Amino acid sequence: MSAPTYDLGKLSGGLRLPGNKTESTAQAIQDVPVPAQLILPIKQHVGDAAQPVVTIGERVLKGQLVAASDGTLSAPVHASSSGTVVAIEPWPVARRNGETAPCIVIECDGLDELIDATIVHLDYKTLSPQELLAQVLQGGIVGLGGAVFPTAQKLMQARTCSIDHLILNGVECESYISCDDMLMRERAAEVISGAQILMHALQIDVCFIAVESDKPEAIRKLGEVLAQVENAHIVIKQVPTIYPSGGEDQLVQLVTNREVPSGGLPSDVGCLVQNVGTAAAIHDWIIGGQALISRITTVTGDGVNKPMNVRARIGTTIADIVEFTGGYNERAKQLIIGGPMTGNSVTSDRVPLVKATNCILVLSEMPSAGPELPCIRCGECASVCPVQLLPQQLFWYACADNEVKLREFGLIDCIECGCCDVVCPSHIPLTADFRMAKGRIRELADEKARAVRARLRFEARNDRLRRERVERESELSAQKASAKRAGPAAIAEILKRKKQDTGDSE
Amino acid sequence: MEFQRREAPYLIPEVSVSSIMLQVLAALVPAAMAHVWFFGPGFIFNLLVAAIFAVGGEALMLGLRSRRPQTGLTDYSALVTAALFAFALPSLTPWWVTATGALFAVIVAKHLYGGLGFNIFNPAMAGYVVVLVAFPMHLNLWVAPRMGDLDYQQLTILQSLQFTLTGGLPDAISFDAISRATPLDVMKSGLNNARTSVEIRAIPIMGDFGGRGWEWIGNFLAIGGFWLMIRKIIRWQIPIGVGLGLLVPATIMYMFDPGSHASPGFHLFSGATILCAFFIATDPVSAATSPRGRLFYGIGIGVLIYCIRRWGSYSDGVAFAVLLMNMAVPMIDSLTRPHIIGHNEQDTKND
Repeated sequence: MSAPTYDLGKLSGGLRLPGNKTESTAQAIQDVPVPAQLILPIKQHVGDAAQPVVTIGERVLKGQLVAASDGTLSAPVHASSSGTVVAIEPWPVARRNGETAPCIVIECDGLDELIDATIVHLDYKTLSPQELLAQVLQGGIVGLGGAVFPTAQKLMQARTCSIDHLILNGVECESYISCDDMLMRERAAEVISGAQILMHALQIDVCFIAVESDKPEAIRKLGEVLAQVENAHIVIKQVPTIYPSGGEDQLVQLVTNREVPSGGLPSDVGCLVQNVGTAAAIHDWIIGGQALISRITTVTGDGVNKPMNVRARIGTTIADIVEFTGGYNERAKQLIIGGPMTGNSVTSDRVPLVKATNCILVLSEMPSAGPELPCIRCGECASVCPVQLLPQQLFWYACADNEVKLREFGLIDCIECGCCDVVCPSHIPLTADFRMAKGRIRELADEKARAVRARLRFEARNDRLRRERVERESELSAQKASAKRAGPAAIAEILKRKKQDTGDSE
Repeated sequence: MEFQRREAPYLIPEVSVSSIMLQVLAALVPAAMAHVWFFGPGFIFNLLVAAIFAVGGEALMLGLRSRRPQTGLTDYSALVTAALFAFALPSLTPWWVTATGALFAVIVAKHLYGGLGFNIFNPAMAGYVVVLVAFPMHLNLWVAPRMGDLDYQQLTILQSLQFTLTGGLPDAISFDAISRATPLDVMKSGLNNARTSVEIRAIPIMGDFGGRGWEWIGNFLAIGGFWLMIRKIIRWQIPIGVGLGLLVPATIMYMFDPGSHASPGFHLFSGATILCAFFIATDPVSAATSPRGRLFYGIGIGVLIYCIRRWGSYSDGVAFAVLLMNMAVPMIDSLTRPHIIGHNEQDTKND
């Protein structure tokens, strides 16, 4: 039986955030129609960009491969509707630095013509895990929780470790976001089916579906489906509503009471975490033959007229999606892609929806938090840090650029959840400072690596020169020695010759 | 459409330094009223003098250090320092004594170390120790508390103000008529003169646990302190630590030899114990930072208070205990670093 159970482990720190979720869960998921134009970034995942396999002017169909996975860590990109490729060019995307990225631009014809299903849909249970993973790779599926790690590669990596727990992440701990909640309510069967496919791919029989306690409806729906499929290996774990319990490492700790080692992966402690959306996408691809060409996203915030969840094609611009939901209101001042704690703030709504976009948050003008004051060492930041860091000490060392201490105090382990920022009475932008300090540490490490390489080259050269010199010297001394050995006789010879010469002259 | 750009997170902190400081001040109000009730209006004058000089000193130093005075002055930290310092003073204190302490607290103990957040020592206690050493006579001049049944002569508002401004009393009133040794002094000298603690407790100035008047101020301070705890402005570690550090040795000594030792209750409700536990030791800037570290820091203060009261030459030891533990903070912090999730114990030890 799969009655909801409480957590086994404990999350240190964390925050109870205002939920702000009911605004967007009041109505069912709406489908955004085919837009006039689709903007498909060729890199929507962690790792190497996919390589475009279409040319400008080419007609593409819905579900057709437009950029192929390239390199060891990559995921393919598919056209999310039918139309003509009009450009492959840089386009603004929702990144932290507001930069542009190469995108395939498709002018849609509105027919939404589907490509013939090219893969033969066998019963996945007849496939070996390797064959199944090869299939998953083709679907362009990446982690939909926001990290967008290519799913096939994650599974392949996990198969090299001894995994005993599959954890489906339905925690969605950030404020405002409700796309996973709505997915579990409306597509619980697909989530469970995806879980079963993942369990087959990993050849394990323990799966936890972790859901926060503020989603009773989702828990009920999942429970109903589980009762139908009669799979006792899948268990729903209700976890407390505390941010950031949905962080991958935090969730592993919460559900299994295992600590993911610093710099390691959940697979190091026998766990594999997948977002519930990813599981549904795997079901859609393996059972339904539909590659990852759309996703559910939450459009919300006090800057939109009608908060709701929508299913939109990957590549639809944020402007198109917000317009579909009912547009901005006059308060709209900030556009955040993602949640209020970790999302990226962007200046333009021309950016496309990508596989990572779980939320489009439009907020009104943020009141000024007041000036940044010196740290008064109150320690609130440390008490909410889920990794048990000491942010006030890190801040001190970040100001002093003390790289050694920053490492010692675990800057690298900071998950940038933003909890410390929110409780700081001095209003110090700790998370931003830590991001910058991490950047500097990485630069320093790169510099060091370069210096090490240069030193190795220099040493190698010195070695070579020394070796050559030694060789030359030994050759020379060998010549000398041979000359010496031949010496007395030769000298006598020379003297004799000399004598003869003088004799002759006399 | 164009939007503003910011860095995550986008939630505004609900707390601020100034709101914390204002809440600390608010928590002191009941005790301040009790102080005025039991010891007369001198407290108000001391508070005003301390506030004027502390804020003036803060403004001066912010100016000299080219900081924006409006941010420095609106954090209200100088006012908190002034209020805590005023609580430590007898109600009859000449203004120059108060001014010296307040200026030393803000200028030397706070700003010469880098201002808010950077001071190693608790400014109020540093200021208090300076005047305690510089003006010992004035700092021991406590008037008798209002006690109902056995009222000593009370000063009028004008007489009290006159003392604050001139350091002298009208000719008709002698110091002896109005001043009394504090309960801690009485206990200390009594025990030194081989009287038993039970005998000493029978003296009228003693109350249920501590001294009359003093113990009531303590009660109101405790109420304010618990309110701050509920508001999560302060956490339990330091107050409980101070309590444990003081009560455990006091109880042990009292159990072995009740005649020549004051009771644990007397220690808890006498002198500045409660003020220290909730308001002075909890100053975050000069305290240890981790929860475990704060517990040890509090215990250290409590033990030192007991040692100074029992074996030292001063009758109360709060200021010295706090300053001594301030010095130990860097060591406590480095010994009580929490375990970083994902690091094994070995890593932490090697660090």
